Amino acid sequence: MPESVPGNAVAYNPAMRSSPQSTPQLPPQARPRTLYDKLWDAHVVHTESDGTALIYIDRHLVHEVTSPQAFEGLEINGRKPWRLKSILATSDHNVPTVGRHEGISDAVSRLQVETLDKNIKKFGVGDYFGMNDSRQGIVHVIGPEQGATLPGMTVVCGDSHTSTHGAFAALAFGIGTSEVEHVMATQCLVAKKSKSLLIRVEGKVGGGRRWQPTAKDIVLAIIGKIGTAGGTGYAIEFAGSAIRALSMEGRMTVCNMAIEAGARAGMVAVDDKTIDYLRGRPYAPPAAQFDQASAHWRSLHSDEGAVFDRVVELDATNVMPQVTWGTSPEMVAGIAANVPDPAKETDPVKREAMERALQYMGIDPGTPISQIKIDKVFIGSCTNSRIEDLRAAAGVLRGRHIASNITLAMVVPGSGLVKRQAEAEGLDKVFLAAGFEWRDPGCSMCLGMNDDRLSPGERCASTSNRNFEGRQGAGGRTHLVSPEMAAAAAIAGRFADVRDIL
Amino acid sequence: MEPFRVHTGLMVPLDRANVDTDAIIPKQFLKSIKRTGFGENAFDEWRYMDHGEPGVDNSKRALNPNFALNQPRYKGATILLARKNFGCGSSREHAPWALQQFGFRAIIAPSFADIFYNNCFKNGLLPIVLSELQVDHLFNVVMATSGLRLTIDLERQLVEVPGGEVYQFEVDDSRKQSLLNGWDEIGLTLRHVDKIRAYEQSRAIREPWIFPEQRG
Repeated sequence: MPESVPGNAVAYNPAMRSSPQSTPQLPPQARPRTLYDKLWDAHVVHTESDGTALIYIDRHLVHEVTSPQAFEGLEINGRKPWRLKSILATSDHNVPTVGRHEGISDAVSRLQVETLDKNIKKFGVGDYFGMNDSRQGIVHVIGPEQGATLPGMTVVCGDSHTSTHGAFAALAFGIGTSEVEHVMATQCLVAKKSKSLLIRVEGKVGGGRRWQPTAKDIVLAIIGKIGTAGGTGYAIEFAGSAIRALSMEGRMTVCNMAIEAGARAGMVAVDDKTIDYLRGRPYAPPAAQFDQASAHWRSLHSDEGAVFDRVVELDATNVMPQVTWGTSPEMVAGIAANVPDPAKETDPVKREAMERALQYMGIDPGTPISQIKIDKVFIGSCTNSRIEDLRAAAGVLRGRHIASNITLAMVVPGSGLVKRQAEAEGLDKVFLAAGFEWRDPGCSMCLGMNDDRLSPGERCASTSNRNFEGRQGAGGRTHLVSPEMAAAAAIAGRFADVRDIL
Repeated sequence: MEPFRVHTGLMVPLDRANVDTDAIIPKQFLKSIKRTGFGENAFDEWRYMDHGEPGVDNSKRALNPNFALNQPRYKGATILLARKNFGCGSSREHAPWALQQFGFRAIIAPSFADIFYNNCFKNGLLPIVLSELQVDHLFNVVMATSGLRLTIDLERQLVEVPGGEVYQFEVDDSRKQSLLNGWDEIGLTLRHVDKIRAYEQSRAIREPWIFPEQRG
């Protein structure tokens, strides 16, 4: 797997594109630009002498955890939101996934959700999917689902997984609460352009084989290869035949975890799938405008000869089902591998991190991944809670049952609409028959801000995005996997190769 | 925001790579709707022997004696020395809030996660990138020297070890000026109101679907 030397600029090779694009020819004098260049250039309002720019923000997604202090800041300074229609808000982190009609029992969680309810009213935000709205869900699921995330947009949210929206050729990234306030007050952000990183994933992922790597396996393999800081300072464009072959849901999964590779933004060029996905969605351009919009969107790809600061290549045909074994997403291996031995690591900082991780995880070096037993299974999160994820997991579980050592297996759909769709397809029945619980939408046990948590020492196969210490509950042990690998682990009671089950 | 010009203070080493924002401030404390009160729970899982929750009296909780921040020699530290990729993970600004409210004014590391790095500047907390070698050296010095106090001069972009090395660091000029002066960034941006309005007008012609509120 070749990789360019960092800092050694590499031109974009058009041969990588698997399908012809009907893109307008650029005038010969125009410098070829990357997708990131195009998105950046289109949003610059003002540039300072040191290169810092004021960039315009088209879509501001808001949730209850990172917004209260921002609304308070506006109020204290007597400021108003600049453009209310740019805001789409929901409550997702603190909401219960069972017994929602009874309200939130934890008083601190309840106050945070009620504070968002109040701020929405006070500031006059029109687009709010509150806890009991049928369209409520994880902010990164509902944005695209509603067509509120569009190609060519800048999309921000006080949440690092905002990179998800880059799947639509949007420049999307997470911001802190001061920046949430800044965007509300000015519709702009102060930012400096990142370097560009092209991650090209090639390989036949259809091709008559029974199993193909899922989007989750691909992105975990990328993180395993470049590390959790590999993308720091970069905006990543994911390209290549294996990315083209992914559905929009799959591309969202890949872009979602760009931040786990250190990059604030990940993105994928527009193609027919992008446009077909968006047509007819509530917030997408109406029919009368849609053709004009989609003609513009088709220009949103890297030009032939565009120069990236760095290029990484991955062959998808060699990617096995991935399972993380440590406390950082880069600590990942294929299902057939053994947990690595820190003693063989030469870098002392890395070795110490591995030792600490294995101690926290309660795993001995050299343990086959497939012998690691689990207690709980969580299918959900902004990484893997879309309809396609639920179909994939249900496909593995149909006619099977969770192992007796599993104390809890739960599915938390990404939104109310995903839940309804899954129920229309009978997926809920498959999960329930297999011994899973079928919950209401929210962030849930990805980070356990509601009641869905691991207890100390409990081990979980999770389709979420972070396996940090204590992420799913103090002392909890998280292994990141794809939805179908989570289903396979639920059946076996330990990690198992889904290829043997399918 | 409190300006940052020259700061001299005690340095504490945190010898771990990839310290994430979940570790800096665990999720249960993010439920607060305030901007203050996070300092007591900075590094909660590592700092205390028991599990912390909001509303608990932290003065009654047992401290983990092995955690560097709890050791008497580092009491009152205002400079945190860390390893690479510090602040990775979530975008929660509660992480810099917690560090700043704990008493830190600056963090030195070989690299920082992008969002965290950005968030620090909004809160008068200066993140300083030095090379791996320089950071290694500082770890050696701080372990060997009791009460090591560094001086950080933002105007001159220098880290000074007493009687020893002087390291130059990089920082964007606009971030530097904001921090030196404690400027309100929103106020600065609002100087460009006319440019923002003009941008919106031209954009609405090119991509009218971005502004549905202007549809007739």
